Amino acid sequence: MSTQANGSTPEPIEKVSIIVSKGSLEGVYPGLIMANGARMEGIEANLFFTFFGLDAISKAKHENVKVATVGNPGLHLATWAGGIPGVSSLVTHKLAQEMEKLDIPPIPEFVEMIAESGAGLYACKASVDLFGLEREDFVDEVQDVITVGEFYGLAAGGQIIFT
Amino acid sequence: MSTMTYAGTAVDVDAEGFLLDHGQWNEQVAAEIATEAGIGELSERHWLVIDFMRKTYLESGAAPSIRTLGKVSGVPIKELYELFPKGPAKLAAKVAGIPKPRGCI
Repeated sequence: MSTQANGSTPEPIEKVSIIVSKGSLEGVYPGLIMANGARMEGIEANLFFTFFGLDAISKAKHENVKVATVGNPGLHLATWAGGIPGVSSLVTHKLAQEMEKLDIPPIPEFVEMIAESGAGLYACKASVDLFGLEREDFVDEVQDVITVGEFYGLAAGGQIIFT
Repeated sequence: MSTMTYAGTAVDVDAEGFLLDHGQWNEQVAAEIATEAGIGELSERHWLVIDFMRKTYLESGAAPSIRTLGKVSGVPIKELYELFPKGPAKLAAKVAGIPKPRGCI
């Protein structure tokens, strides 16, 4: 355990509420890994999916979340090349293979795993309304569609992480 | 490194209390670590997980991930968290006398 500048030991984190706001593969995984990692440490965790982050819990889309190959300088791929049809699928497929080797589950399985670990999964009401979605559009593990205010209520007493 | 005494046996542990030598482990040691970790009395289901952790570690050199535990050990993930509420992979490894799992998943 680390110590702070004044020599005292900081309070351990007991609760995290993680917001997943992006719908690309690299936008979704960090939040899922942090939520799962929190539960692995016995830390209470909530996940709040908003905007395109909703794709991670959407029955229609959760199997098709892809790496953004355009406008993603981290890939070191020319923008024109990233836009060629099929490139995003190919890069996603390669990454999925590497993740499987590390025992990182695909998004649908990962979401299920995190729910089973006792984390709370919620969809953002504003985004759900904006996209014209219904509760039924989301996987069963989602507990509820909630407002921002309700999210803050759930997050009370813990840390909030925006991804 | 420090030394702890469990069930009348001195065992070498790391800073977080994980056994450094899995050969120093036995079932009484496991029971006392479990009590110390707040898990309480070990049930048959706990033992299923603990035995699976040891077996996997001794065969592969690494502790299984939660995903593998849930799929292969015969104990579903939901129950794993009920058995070891403060973190199944970590606590089960500690009770099983194997090193702390280093994976992020």
